[in-house]
Amino acid sequence: MFQFIFRRLSLVIPTFIGITLLTFTLIRLIPGDPIEVMAGERGVSAERHAELSAQLGFDQPLYVQYFHYVTGVLQGDLGNSLVTKEPVLSEFLTLFPATIELAFCAAIFAILIGLPAGMIAAVKRGTLFDHSVMTFSLTGYSMPIFWWALLLMLIFSVNLGWTPVSGRIDVVYWIDDVTGFMLIDSILSGEEGALSSAIAHLILPSIVLGTIPMAVIARMTRSSMLEVLSEDYIRTARAKGIAPWRVIIIHALRNALIPVITVIGLQVGILLSGAILTETVFAWPGIGKWLIESIGRRDYPVVQGGILIVATIIIVVNLLVDIAYGIVNPRIRHSR
Amino acid sequence: MTTETLQAPAPRTPLQEFWHYFKGNKGAVSGLVFIIIICLMALFADVVAPHSPSDQARDALLLPPAWMEGGNWAYVLGTDDVGRDILSRIIHGARLSLSVGLVAVTASLLMGILLGLVAGYCKGVVDTIIMRVVDIMLAMPSLLLAIAIVAILGPSIVNAALAISIVSLPHYVRLTRAATMAEMSRDYVTSSRVIGASPLRLMFICILPNCVAPLIVQATLGFSTAILDMAALGFLGLGAQPPTPEWGSMLADALQFVQRAWWVVTFPGLMILLTVLAFNLMGDGLRDALDPKLKQ
Repeated sequence: MFQFIFRRLSLVIPTFIGITLLTFTLIRLIPGDPIEVMAGERGVSAERHAELSAQLGFDQPLYVQYFHYVTGVLQGDLGNSLVTKEPVLSEFLTLFPATIELAFCAAIFAILIGLPAGMIAAVKRGTLFDHSVMTFSLTGYSMPIFWWALLLMLIFSVNLGWTPVSGRIDVVYWIDDVTGFMLIDSILSGEEGALSSAIAHLILPSIVLGTIPMAVIARMTRSSMLEVLSEDYIRTARAKGIAPWRVIIIHALRNALIPVITVIGLQVGILLSGAILTETVFAWPGIGKWLIESIGRRDYPVVQGGILIVATIIIVVNLLVDIAYGIVNPRIRHSR
Repeated sequence: MTTETLQAPAPRTPLQEFWHYFKGNKGAVSGLVFIIIICLMALFADVVAPHSPSDQARDALLLPPAWMEGGNWAYVLGTDDVGRDILSRIIHGARLSLSVGLVAVTASLLMGILLGLVAGYCKGVVDTIIMRVVDIMLAMPSLLLAIAIVAILGPSIVNAALAISIVSLPHYVRLTRAATMAEMSRDYVTSSRVIGASPLRLMFICILPNCVAPLIVQATLGFSTAILDMAALGFLGLGAQPPTPEWGSMLADALQFVQRAWWVVTFPGLMILLTVLAFNLMGDGLRDALDPKLKQ
């Protein structure tokens, strides 16, 4: 087991190095001199340029610069934002809970709908229900989620007035930032109606962000369930006279879930990149909106740092999923 | 006396066999029909579109679709905030989306095939290096990577297409490599090698034609990803720049009119959804028809 974990870990290190190389070159590929880019339209004098160049290490050879960059990254130093002058990491940490909250609710939505839908579709193979689940999931999979967000907003916020249009909570509430998670903070604040306002703000963005993962989970559950249901041990269980629901839930589902769990883990990347679009539409103050705004403001350290952190999170989650998969399924652990 | 000759039915050519399986899949056929219609629409956009995509009718701002109260049949799907005909912009947008899809898919397909063949054929260090890079690219969500690339190169259609083709590269490399490695162990490859075929001949003339089926499927599905990512980049303001009629950037412009003019928002997005859906349906159908394991 340790050998398996060790082997997976050793694959992660080159990937991480590759990503730091990518973000390192990213900022140096921008056309023009980095210092002039940082100085913006005001420009800098020749002496100030040389001074800044020495201060930021741009006069050193590239490999030295890269070494300094990686050393900084490993110590949590991702540079400062050009606009706010705040460290990129601390800006990230204040905004990240909003994205986690959204992504978490989206994942819950995707699993709660996708898993049962895929399961029932497999059990009732070939029926109208099966066909509708497949049609809906293919549509969900093809959905441009920014448009889906606008459409739901149009129907539920503008026409029906059921949910608020954007933001995390109604402006009448002033919630102290304790954990950064609005659902928890609104309970802690003890203000009446704050929690329901926070929930109302979360519903549409979660549905939008959860749509593609839901479609993927439903398809995966269906095909995995179909495979398991055709196995001999299921026939044996049925022949023994076990209740049909028991065969499905106790015997089939457990094995069918293994690939589904992997797929759920792999949705983290989809959720984080989908958050960029969802947060932009719903004005949700998370890291997706922050990244896009930074690109617009040409705030390169933020773009560089943000991409590095997000990519690292995805690598770590994929690693955890792999290890969890190895624990659940010994066949994977011993292969290769 | 008449002799009755019994003839065995002519064996189907691979193409006929493929079509036999493909046409049995209703979803795939409807996807294909939709794609053909969109392609024709894009090709003859100047003839089909009732107006120029950039014509601004000053007297018809935010006009609702024709069947609604206040609508005008001259502007079937209504007009946007500066009086441009939405239908015409959608038709011209099809031209842009499809050509970006074509360019991006072709570019990444060619590069992917080359890298995949080399990785699968050479093995060893070359293979390890190529696959490591591919793994790193796969670790990043494609949209995030595309955004990073566009952020460096600056927002424009060309850069967006370039970003999309780089982002989809890993899938083609992996597929080609896997198929190449499977073919490498076959007898026909060994015998060509023994006869003295050069590595290039082995790669491109012996092995490549046998790896085509999964690549066709991936390329079709790649089209849908390219269109979706292009629209997403356009929506974020990182793709086509206004006033270019592009489906994603049309939606970005419409963001501020959500409350007043639903048609400005609805139709471009519906077009993206239907086109992407059509490519996905066709890709699924192609996979079933081309994969010999699934037949029967």
